[in-house]
Amino acid sequence: MLMLTCPACGVTAEETEFAPGGEAHLTRQGPGSGEAAFEGYLFARKNPKGVHFERWRHAYGCGKWFHAARCTATLEVFGTYPMGSAPPPDLIARLQARRPDREGRA
Amino acid sequence: MSDPVSTALAGARHVGYVTIEEAGPVGMITLRCRADVAPALAALNLPVPGQRRIVGAGARRVAWMSPDEWLILLPPADVARATAALTAALAGQPHLCADVSDARAVLHLHGPRVREVLAKACPVDLGRMTPGEMRRSRAGQIAAAFWLEDDRTATVLCYRSVARYAFDLFAMLARPGSEVGLFD
Repeated sequence: MLMLTCPACGVTAEETEFAPGGEAHLTRQGPGSGEAAFEGYLFARKNPKGVHFERWRHAYGCGKWFHAARCTATLEVFGTYPMGSAPPPDLIARLQARRPDREGRA
Repeated sequence: MSDPVSTALAGARHVGYVTIEEAGPVGMITLRCRADVAPALAALNLPVPGQRRIVGAGARRVAWMSPDEWLILLPPADVARATAALTAALAGQPHLCADVSDARAVLHLHGPRVREVLAKACPVDLGRMTPGEMRRSRAGQIAAAFWLEDDRTATVLCYRSVARYAFDLFAMLARPGSEVGLFD
């Protein structure tokens, strides 16, 4: 069971109150992009065993989307942050402390 | 205009170890706007609630529903005038101001173990919840919002189409003999 804190309304609730939205920080490939780039945008996902940056929606609460960083293996949640922003520095610091071997940002 | 419509459950009432009762007609206005709504609400003598709060008294309340959404509770007779006043006050701003009175159902829960009955249905830490906090969550399988008036009384809002489910759910959870003693 995940406990997530919605940055929009400040509620900390369990995961049945939220709806998962898949991998975060994808770059949309619109008209004009190549076929390979568009295919990658639609289908290629990291699907890591470990730290994952995700989108979630507070579906039964305030209805807002937000980002979360969690570990797909241990279900540890490292933090949440609002839509439209990169992971905040304190979250990255916490991640580095908990997962020193982690590669890359997301 | 049509006549006032009866409420979803026609004032149903169930007495368990907590009493569940459908409220009479409640006027409700959904207000969505990214701009500051304080002046528009002030024109109606309504305060602006802080994050996740419900403010006001009696039949006139304003609840914070999300960063750009408020729910205004009023006597049904005042809804048309208030909707018009809000729409006028927010003219020029992108906003939504809609009468949702007939789209929602309102249940009153009353009894010393009201927190426990809510906790059975909702994934919420009722032990930490204080009167005046508006909490949107789920009750069983449906979306619901509720607040505590005091330690013995709560009000639950849900969509009208699932009012019967909500009523039956709380009635079942308040069955005498099923007391847990969570917050005693």
